[in-house]
Amino acid sequence: MKSRLLPLGLLLVGLIVAAILPATGLVNDYLQFVLISVAINAILCVSLNLVNGWMGEFSVGHAGFMALGAYASSILTVKLFPTAPTALLFPVAVLIGGGVAGLAGIPVGILSFKTRGDYLAIITLAFLMIVKSGLENIPYTGGPRGMLGIPRLTTVAWAYFWCVVAFWVIRNLVYSKYGRGISAIREDEIAAEAMGVNTRQAKLVAFVTSSFFAGVAGALFAHQLQFINPSSFDILKSTEILVMVYLGGVASLGGSLLGAGFVTILTQCLQPLGTWRMVVLPSLLVILMLFRPGGIMGYRDWSWLKPRLSIKPRGKSSEESQEQEKITP
Amino acid sequence: MKYLIQQAINALQLGSIYALIALGYSMVYGVLTMINFAHGDVFMLGAFFCLLLIAIVPVPFWLALIVVMGATAMLGTLIERFAYRPLRNAPRVSAIITALGCGLVIQNTTLGLSPYARPMPHLLENVTYQFSGITITLLQIIIIGVSVGLMLVLDFLIRKTSFGMAMRAVASDRATVPLLGVPANEVIAITFAIGAALGGAAGLLYGMAYPVVSAAMGISVGWKAFVAAVIGGIGNMRGAVLGAFILGAVEVMTVAVLPSTYRDLIAYSLLLLILVFKPHGLLGKPTLQKA
Repeated sequence: MKSRLLPLGLLLVGLIVAAILPATGLVNDYLQFVLISVAINAILCVSLNLVNGWMGEFSVGHAGFMALGAYASSILTVKLFPTAPTALLFPVAVLIGGGVAGLAGIPVGILSFKTRGDYLAIITLAFLMIVKSGLENIPYTGGPRGMLGIPRLTTVAWAYFWCVVAFWVIRNLVYSKYGRGISAIREDEIAAEAMGVNTRQAKLVAFVTSSFFAGVAGALFAHQLQFINPSSFDILKSTEILVMVYLGGVASLGGSLLGAGFVTILTQCLQPLGTWRMVVLPSLLVILMLFRPGGIMGYRDWSWLKPRLSIKPRGKSSEESQEQEKITP
Repeated sequence: MKYLIQQAINALQLGSIYALIALGYSMVYGVLTMINFAHGDVFMLGAFFCLLLIAIVPVPFWLALIVVMGATAMLGTLIERFAYRPLRNAPRVSAIITALGCGLVIQNTTLGLSPYARPMPHLLENVTYQFSGITITLLQIIIIGVSVGLMLVLDFLIRKTSFGMAMRAVASDRATVPLLGVPANEVIAITFAIGAALGGAAGLLYGMAYPVVSAAMGISVGWKAFVAAVIGGIGNMRGAVLGAFILGAVEVMTVAVLPSTYRDLIAYSLLLLILVFKPHGLLGKPTLQKA
């Protein structure tokens, strides 16, 4: 019988490895940068997958939540508490970045109660443009020129930590009662409502969780690049995240990781192409939609991620009750 | 008062250009219930085609207009044939994402080929007319005139010709229409062509009015026109024109009063506000959507 603590132990080992990795000379700065980018993109991908994949909506505004998280956390570390001890400040800043983004997810979630499909896409697009234009008009955060001098607080360990937290939370959400409600909305919203699913609560939970983690990713992103400006959070950024979701796999945790890793590494490999890199990514998206709209791991997951349900028959002896039945949702 | 009339003329000019682009969005949505996100970039290519044409052989304005409209019509048909037709029966999400992808491919290819904004050479002489203190240029008259003319032609086409009836039939029930002898694929292709031609004309006119042409025009102007189409009720021709003139007026008034960086913010906030109270746009009718 697998011990319940085995996954936790493995993750802790991973955290220790991530923490000491920069100290050993094994990975140079560039590889660390790529690793951190993969982690950040994985968080973005899995959080967007919650809304686009498991809930079946179409949200284009993810970069807007990321921008809110990035700016909120940067204001904290640069403007308000520049001299605070960073080991304490950084997690607080990331949490607050996520919190601000999560709060912004509430009105979008409320707007999604009555609108679906095309109109939700339009609303999320409008949200993204409003966030971007709004940030361009705030002189406190530098306006269109952006914010400079953000301290380099994102390490491989922190990125790994938040990535694990994001996947943990979303995995537990998806295989819980709320998650079943969210998947039910994707399949048939009216039938779900008729079967007693509280669709409003499910939509709110999905949007707020998704935007919280987008904000977390934004905070990590800001403290990695040390410079943010509103135009880095435009529709192109949203499209990058969409490519990751639809390439790796819709409604799939493993797919999110796969898509994020693949696209990040592809983006790095295509650096010599310069602007033409921005032609390859959307073309990839178009080809994906034409030939494999579900992505590589669409709607499927690795079996060790899914919960195992054991059914113990009542009144049987303990040997017989050792039998476990695997029911895959 | 004179200032208001001057700004009203500017609003009419901007609104006419938005109206031409918004009509393209609405036509495609009406016929396919699909948002053609690539349309803004077709508009941008209209301006670039005009630049290319003038660079090769300097032609008078009316000829440039016809050639550009023809070129963008062909482009629109190509996009429909290769990117949208295979996804005719796929879920809506796939079609929207493909449209987004196509638009970005067009924009970034143009950006790659022409990274800097270019000035548009003059196609018309710089004639201004003055009466009672209000200045109006020949350019503005031509822009408003050509736009209104094209809109009237389109209205006539849709309401009074048999092809227009075919378009309306495909918009109302695409599955049954081939049973009655209407070639749905061809009608859709021609609808795309007409929409793209209008967008191209708008690109040429915009290039003449604000004579700096850049690859980012597709997002900055084209998507505003999309906002206009949605405000008026997407799928509805009259709504598209109404929304476009409303948006034009709001933008001109915003720039007249506030710093110009607020322009996008106000435009998109207006969209959100209208969608909150009238989720299908001002003139739109709620359609039954399968959950």
